[in-house]
Amino acid sequence: MRITLNGVSEDCAATTLAELLQNLGLANDAIATALNGTFIRRDQRPATPLHEGDAVEIVAPMQGG
Amino acid sequence: MTMTRPPGEAPLRLYDQTFASRLLLGTARYPSPAVLAAAVSAARAGIVTVSLRREQASLRSGQAFFELLRGLNVKLLPNTADCHSVKEAVTTAHMARELFQTNWIKLEVIGNAETLQPDIFGLVEAARILCADGFAVFPYMTEDLVLAERLLAVGCKVLMPWGAPIGSGRGLNNSYGLRTLRAWFPDVPLIVDAGLGLPSHAAAAMELGYDACLLNTAVARAGDPAKMATAFAAAIAAGRLAYEARPMEPRDFAEPSTPQTGKAKLA
Repeated sequence: MRITLNGVSEDCAATTLAELLQNLGLANDAIATALNGTFIRRDQRPATPLHEGDAVEIVAPMQGG
Repeated sequence: MTMTRPPGEAPLRLYDQTFASRLLLGTARYPSPAVLAAAVSAARAGIVTVSLRREQASLRSGQAFFELLRGLNVKLLPNTADCHSVKEAVTTAHMARELFQTNWIKLEVIGNAETLQPDIFGLVEAARILCADGFAVFPYMTEDLVLAERLLAVGCKVLMPWGAPIGSGRGLNNSYGLRTLRAWFPDVPLIVDAGLGLPSHAAAAMELGYDACLLNTAVARAGDPAKMATAFAAAIAAGRLAYEARPMEPRDFAEPSTPQTGKAKLA
């Protein structure tokens, strides 16, 4: 299926958000996630299914003022 | 925080935490991570602001930055920079709380992309939602008195009026408004956030009785950021001491400082 990952349309084989992060090698990193504009807690990721057309945001610490 | 504060200067208290330094420093726009670390050290900053941005799996740049932050031994204040709606800001705050393991949030709801002026209506609504959810909100705001009252009413315990637009370096555009805010809320911690360009701007804010200054670009974009951070730290400490020392009232006419009695008659 196709999802939008951080603003870019991509093929996705993962069926859950946790699986997607695992496939990306980010599962153990300091990141936070949102699905279709809604915050998804770390402990909710395994039970959060992905569907065609979903928009996933993965953010990490960044410099800020 | 373990840093030593200058003699005579009272500590800063924000949401039941005490800090030796009254300088809050942003972490953006430095030429390198090493320069950033040197500037934070030189500033003796106890609190630094950070943000959240998309992580690229191929780069994982956020992870390296997080490692650097851990080594700074400072309190982190995540922001909601560039959020233009209540929903964006609230969602970003939730992500920041999980990621940085803090309920502190510098709340920015931007209303104008050119001036980066806060959307004060969205700001109050986002602050209401976040305060009710247990966040310690640091609202980036204009110096409007009524806005301040609304933010306090929804649960903010610190206010952060701008000095001037973010990154402009113009200093205190409305000293009168800032002075009014200070007079009206004598017990609320007030931090001038944004727009400072020179240490003298920060000193002026502190002389008005502001509790702290938050700055970024003035240090990060200086020719020597660490030296400028030192200058700001000195100015903020000096301004605070001056405020605590209760400055003299200005006069319209001269008043001799040297006693006139006993002057020899020579004319």
